Order: sequence, then structure tokens, then C-alpha cells
Amino acid sequence: MTSMTSAVTERYDPVIGLETHVELGTRTKMFCACTTVFGGEPNSQVCPVCLGLPGSLPVVNKLAIEYTIKIGLALNCSIASWCRFARKNYFYPDMPKNFQISQYDEPLCSDGYLDVQVEGRTVRVGIERVHLEEDTGKSLHVGGATGRIHGADYSLVDYNRAGIPLVEIVTKPVEGTGALAPVVARVYVTELRDLLRSLDVSDVRMEEGSMRCDVNTSLSPAGSGSWGTRTETKNVNSLRSVERAVRSEMDRQADVLDAGQLVTLETRHFHEDSGTTTSGRSKEEAQDYRYFPEPDLVPLAPPADWVEQIRATLPEAPAARRARLQADWALSDLDMAALTNADALHLVEATVTAGASPADARKWWLGELARRANEAGTELAALKITPEQVARVAALVSDGTLNDSLARQVFEAVLAGQGDPDQVVAARGLAVVSDDGALTAAVDQAMTANPDAVASIAAGRTGAIGVLVGAVMKATRGKADPARVRSLIEERVG
Amino acid sequence: MDLTRSTAAELSDLLKAKQVSAREVAQAHLDRIAAVDGEVHAFLHVAADAALAQAAGIDARRAAGEELPALAGVPVAVKDVFVTEGMPTTCGSRILDGWRPPYDSTIVTRLKANGATILGKTNMDEFAMGSSTENSAYGPTHNPWDLTKIPGGSSGGSAAAVAAYQAPLATGSDTGGSIRQPAAVCGIVGTKPTYGGSSRYGVIAFASSLDTPGPFGRTVLDTALLHEAMSGHDPMDSTSIDAPVPPVVAAARAADVSGMRIGVVTELSGDGYQPGVLSKFAEAVELLEHLGAKVSEVSCPHFKYALPAYYLIAPSECSSNLARFDAMRYGLRAGDDGRLDAEQVMSLTREQGFGAEVKRRIILGTYALSSGYYDAYYGKAQQVRTLIIRDFDAAFGQVDVLISPATPTTAFGIGERADDPMAMYLADLCTIPSDLAGNAAISVPCGLAEEDGLPVGLQVMAPAMADDRLYRVAAAAEAGFTARWGQPLLNHAKGLGA
Repeated sequence: MTSMTSAVTERYDPVIGLETHVELGTRTKMFCACTTVFGGEPNSQVCPVCLGLPGSLPVVNKLAIEYTIKIGLALNCSIASWCRFARKNYFYPDMPKNFQISQYDEPLCSDGYLDVQVEGRTVRVGIERVHLEEDTGKSLHVGGATGRIHGADYSLVDYNRAGIPLVEIVTKPVEGTGALAPVVARVYVTELRDLLRSLDVSDVRMEEGSMRCDVNTSLSPAGSGSWGTRTETKNVNSLRSVERAVRSEMDRQADVLDAGQLVTLETRHFHEDSGTTTSGRSKEEAQDYRYFPEPDLVPLAPPADWVEQIRATLPEAPAARRARLQADWALSDLDMAALTNADALHLVEATVTAGASPADARKWWLGELARRANEAGTELAALKITPEQVARVAALVSDGTLNDSLARQVFEAVLAGQGDPDQVVAARGLAVVSDDGALTAAVDQAMTANPDAVASIAAGRTGAIGVLVGAVMKATRGKADPARVRSLIEERVG
Repeated sequence: MDLTRSTAAELSDLLKAKQVSAREVAQAHLDRIAAVDGEVHAFLHVAADAALAQAAGIDARRAAGEELPALAGVPVAVKDVFVTEGMPTTCGSRILDGWRPPYDSTIVTRLKANGATILGKTNMDEFAMGSSTENSAYGPTHNPWDLTKIPGGSSGGSAAAVAAYQAPLATGSDTGGSIRQPAAVCGIVGTKPTYGGSSRYGVIAFASSLDTPGPFGRTVLDTALLHEAMSGHDPMDSTSIDAPVPPVVAAARAADVSGMRIGVVTELSGDGYQPGVLSKFAEAVELLEHLGAKVSEVSCPHFKYALPAYYLIAPSECSSNLARFDAMRYGLRAGDDGRLDAEQVMSLTREQGFGAEVKRRIILGTYALSSGYYDAYYGKAQQVRTLIIRDFDAAFGQVDVLISPATPTTAFGIGERADDPMAMYLADLCTIPSDLAGNAAISVPCGLAEEDGLPVGLQVMAPAMADDRLYRVAAAAEAGFTARWGQPLLNHAKGLGA
């Protein structure tokens, strides 16, 4: 039995917390010079250091420190003047050293906040800490039912990802958001992602795993003021899933509590298909990570003037940017909300930068392209089309080469990987027929084939023009300019 | 002329003058290894072909008129803790059986750049844990002075190889005394440089905050030559010090202690020290005074806590450092027959691949780092470490160097302490403080103990990055003693040394 979230919050107060891992966009790894490019042949981007070979030692990537400080500053954090890396010890085959170099009680950045707008209300999400660590390799468990290591026939490990700098951003517990908690979670991650993108420190692609979220959820009896037992939901890999995961956990925990049982402190896994979570390992049997200061690295002591230099390079905050774009593009609050909700702001902005008018850019991204993303079940940004390509289609429509219906065919072909808009137009012969001779012949043909329509028009029932226009468009496979066709028909019948 | 009896400095001169070829020098040492290593067992791997090819390359370059570094053509034995590209590297452990690393440690790269001929890899206590080389998975090394005795450890293979004239020089690593203690009991010279003065990149980690690679030689000057060649800043090691190498060779040549202030550490003598060791140490003190040094007694009250602090810090770090040996990527893999899962294969491999002492320290360290125990053990040990550093700071405010016996006893018998870890740990009583503080120390021969006729080492300790002071004092003592004995100490060796 699933309760409704709104009903849940009549009986319980939710508290959420988010841990977000972000792969930094440095050219090289955290502790060695290997490339961080995504998608290479397995184990082609490795060296003795990121493979943890005996004798190898880590050396800190200075740019990763700079990026982390940048993130900390943008999140209004204090930057430590002295801190250390720590070893987090646990055995797992995708971790080359069987410890992860991370930070423990001395994070580089701490105690900040991020303000987010939810349904016209500002919610301040406290930031507990921002710290730097190395990513692990990636395991592929072959055989078995669960895709997990237990029960697999064998496992393959790709260490290309091992050692990529990873920033962990941990919020303070977020209380008092009631039924909005799932939305707050999604909006926070969205805002954080936009902020990181504006800082140019990561490509923040959830679908490629460069941004990953763990969601903590707990419920306590409404008004009790105490906190319930939390669960940590892992494997939350899209903005939409963040909201669904919180909602699902709130509903599940409410059912547990309603039945007079206790919520178990545990890790849970989110399933995209069902939108629900299942139990992972119990935190009670969780390992003791035996953290201790990493002796292979000297302490980190970012000089204050360096931190100030970094602060001076901070770009416009996303909220300020939204306000500026809304004014520049003369959008209503409603239009702006539609853009941000569709996660299309940066796409539209890039399309405008590539030469399209704001109106055209919005029209295509929120219209045809949003429809196609929806059909494909992906996010807009994941569509295989660039803002430059969209701007080019808009330009082809503006100069009369394409009409809207042809433009849709071009989009379809570009999305199918058939090349750039110009290539598609050339290959498919998709230009508008503007030669009056060819059009006149098509109009004459349509009039001959539809004498009833011609008679209706002659009798003043102009609505029948549409029948003839449609016939011409069909005959020209959409390449005719409908306005021109209409005027040719009016000339002839009138 | 027996080239194996020449010092590295002499070989360097002979090679430079083209009186001998690097190939001849290498061949002479390979012959010596073939003749005596069956009894000494200093080597785990002899790289005869590679060494001769390397030497031939040096000869060709010299023939072409190229100006070559001092060590070009001089053979060096390398402790098996150093990773060597394409050459077996086991760290004395079964768990790395058959591993051929894909890269060279920085120090091996530097040795090669200096033209030194790498003879092979020397035996050691497994993962450098031990003071006798009995913890090697490949059998113990024997002390060339008396084959029934231990050669010290963990760098026992390197020390024995140098003492048995199998190599004029060898590299070692010192975490709790693993260079100085074997040097002392084998009657040769060994230095633990300042922590961060020599690169750890490619030195298989035991305890990262303590591990310090360093040189062995039969003379102070030879040791300084190797020290200089292997040291210096390495950007691949974050803890490496970005400063010039102290002028150790010049100091070894100066060999002058007149006016130097030398402190005798009160706490490093007395009960538990072998009388013959104390009497040789007293002679060394007398000699240094005679040579013009101002000797005084200095107290370092916290040194008595050094051993217990060390046995929390080193195992803690090792429990983490050795976690990577899990059968997944290299080395031994036990039980991979399709029935066991990854976790069980890891477990079984570690059970079969690690020896008893390594397991003991992993367990100790895992416990000391556990949540709820960290503060009482690892945390407390780090505080003790700070107190020891302060003892040194205070002492070096009064004197230029500190001295003590290098070991409480001379070489003990093979098997004698094998079942008594605590007795074994005491072998490093004098050497551990410098490891905890990260400063520099050397052991230089100061005579033979009356009771057993075995060598005794004099330890000299200097502040961080003042490694040159070690050589100044050690070279003066060496010259003074050699004049008194009429010949180098090693000439007295009754075993394979003679």
C-alpha cells in the first residue's frame, strides 16, 4: 500500500540530506598525469599511480584544489587554511589500493549554503562540507540476476575512472519543507548542477555519471521536533529520479511507521524503472573505514591570497543569470519557469549565442525537441543535437529555405545521426519550392482533382481553401510555402 | 688484482683512467656472487645478463670520449623493496612472486642515469618488517662474519652483499633501523638520510611516514658517493624535500671533527646493552674527543617511548599500505578455481601470501586504527612522536650531532629470536628515534666486541638536511680507527670476508 506524499506529511515531518559527487573536469587525474577523457578503451588511461601499483605515490593535482576552492566559495563556504587528505580503508576490487584517498575530519571547504527557489519561496540549503577525493574504477559484473558482485559469474574492472578527481558536496539536514521535500531535493540538485556548470569545473552529466547523488531521507512524527532514522538511497542518476527517490522513500517509510515498525538505518538502491528503492547493506554491519591522515601527501595549505584570487574569478551566479536572461529575452515569469523546468535554459542560451532569436530558440527546444525527448524518455540535454545545429535550422526557416514542417523533418534526421542540417537539406532535397511555375502546376492539378472544393471557394466558403492547400503540400511532400500556395489559389478562384 | 676488494671510489678512478672496463668490474662481482652467494644468500635475483649489457654500454660511451658520472660502471646491489622495470621485485614476499614491475623506482632511474651497474636484487625481511632477514619468504641471509648469525634486517641482503664483497655498494631502506642495524652487525657503513631527502617513489611502502631509502658502502666515502647519486628532490614524491642534497661527499673527504659539539645520548645505553658494544662505543667517544670534538652527555627523556610508539605507527600505516595486495591485479592469486568469490580469493591469497610477521603487524595496525581505539593508540603514538621530535630539537640546540651505539647487541644467531617478536624488536632500540623524527643518521664500524669478535656500529644522528655532518663525523672516526687497527675492520672478518 502506497501512501500519497501529501498525506504522509500530515502525519510526518521529512528531513532530507543530499550527498553529491561531482567529477571535476580537470584534464588529468587527481594524483597522476593520466587523461580523464570519458569513453576510452577500458584500462587504456592508467599508470602505476592510478593502478596503485606497489611503490607508486600520489601527487596532488593543483587545478583540482583550485576547482574545489572555487566550488566552496560559490557555495559560501569557509576555506580551510590547513587541511589533510585521509585514507578511507575498505576492500573492493575496483579500488586499486583498497583505500580511497579522501578527506575526513578536515575538509577543504565547510559551512556554506545554497539558496533555491521552490514554488515562489526561497529555501536555504545548508552546506556541511565540500571535500576532494579520488574516484574508483568501474566494475562490470557479468552473469547473475542482480548485476551486482554477488552471484556474478565473473567481473571486469575498468580503471580508467580510478583517480579522477571527485568532489563530494554534503548538505546539512534540510528540515521544514514538508510535502515540498521531494521538489526541494530536485531543485537543489538542479541549482547545484547549474552552479557547477557556470563555474566550468565539471561537465555535470548525470547520465554519464560525472554527477551522482545519494539521497538521505527520514521521517519523524509531525511536530515532534526530533529526527527519525534515515536511509541513504544510492544510484540516483537523474534530476527526476532525485525527486522520485525522496517521494518513494517518504511513502515507504510512512508505511513502515504506520505499521508500528521501525525504519532500518541502511543503504537503499533506487530503480529507475519502478521508481522505488530496495534494501542494500545495513549500516549496522557497515565497515569501519579506519580513517587516518594520508602519510604520502603533505598537508594542504592554500594561501589566503590564492583563495582571494580564485574568488575574484567567480562568474555570475545562476540566479542572477536567470534574472538577466529573463530581462534580455523579455519573458514572463511563466515563460521563464517553463524554460527552467524543462532544463532548457542553457540550451536556449547557447542557441541564441549561435545566432537564433530567443523566440525561435525557445520555440524549437520547448516544442518539437521537447516532444522528441519525451518520446525517447530522455532529457533535453541528452538529445543528439547541438544548440548550433538548432540555430542553423532556425536560420534556414528565417531565410525561407525551410518551413516549419520541413524543419521538423530536418530535426528528425539530425537526431537520427544523419549529419548537420545543411547536409540533411542537401541529401533529402528538403528546400521549400518557391518556383511559381512548379507551384502553379501543382495548384492546377489540385483544383482539377477537387472540383467540389473549388466550387465551395467560389461560393465564398473560403474554409475550403485548406483542402486545396493540403493537397498541394502533399503533392510537393511539404516543400511548398503554404502562404504562397494560398495566394495562388485565391488568384485563380477569385 | 681482485676488483671486488676495491672500494667504489677506487673502481671509479680505475674506470675513469680506463685501466679496467665496466664489463670486467661487473664480471668480477658476478663471479664473486656465484662463488659465495650459495652460503650468504644475499641475492634474490642476480641480473647477470642485464648487468653485463649495462656495463658494456658504459664502456662504449667511455670509449666514445663521453664524460661520465662518478658511479659509471660501478656495481650496485638493489634491495628488493625497490621496484625495477622488467626485473623481478618481490619485497621478500610470496605474495609478489613472479611480479615484474612495469616501471623503475626514481632511485633506480637515477642509478641508471649515473651509469651504475645493477647487479640484482637483494634479500630482505618480508615488506621490510624485521631485523634479521629471517622474515624473508625466500629463506634467510647469513652474516658474512659468521654464517650462523643474522646479517640484520630488513636490508640484510644488501648489507651482507657489501660485507661479502659481492658488491661495493648497495641500496637499502630504513623504517625503524633497517639500514643502520644491518650495517652495524655486518661491519659496514649505512645511512638513513633525512626523510624526504631520498625519493620513495617506487619503493614498496611499509610505513610511509617513516620509510627512507639510503646507501650502504664499505667506506664512508663510498657511502657518500651513493648517497649523493640517489638523493635529491623528486616531483613524483609529495614528501620529497625541494632543496639541494647536503654536501655529503665533500664532508666525507673533509673527515674533520675538530671543534664539533657531539652529544652522547644518555638514554641509549645501560641495561640491555651488550658489554662489548658499550666498551667499543666508549672507545669511539674517546677517539672523537681525541680528534678534537667537544663531547658532552645529552638527555632525550622521551626516547624510551620510541619503540612502543613506533610499533603503533608503523603497523597502522602498513595495514593500509599492504591492503592493495589482493590478487586482483598482480602477484599471487590463490584459490581462483571458479568456486570461490572475489572476497574469498582475496582472503585466501593474503593468508597464503603473507608471512607471520606481516600478518601480525597488519592485525596490530588494523586494531590501532579502529574506530574507538584510534585516539588511544595511533593518536597517542603520534603525540609521543612529537615529544621525540622536541627532544631532538632541544638536543640539537646544544650539540651538532648526537651519538649512540647503533644496536644494543652484535649479530645474534639465526633462529635465536625468531619466536620472540619482542626480543627481535629490541634490535632497533637505538635507531627508531631518528626514524620517528625524520632526521638523518649513519652507522659506521667502531670495532669488534670482545665477547664474540663481531662488529659494533657507532650511530651518528644529525638534524634534518644536515646529512653532511654524519659523514664528517663518520669519516673522521673511520680514519682514526683504521689508523689504530692498521687496516679496515672488514679485513678481520673470519668468515667469507677474508
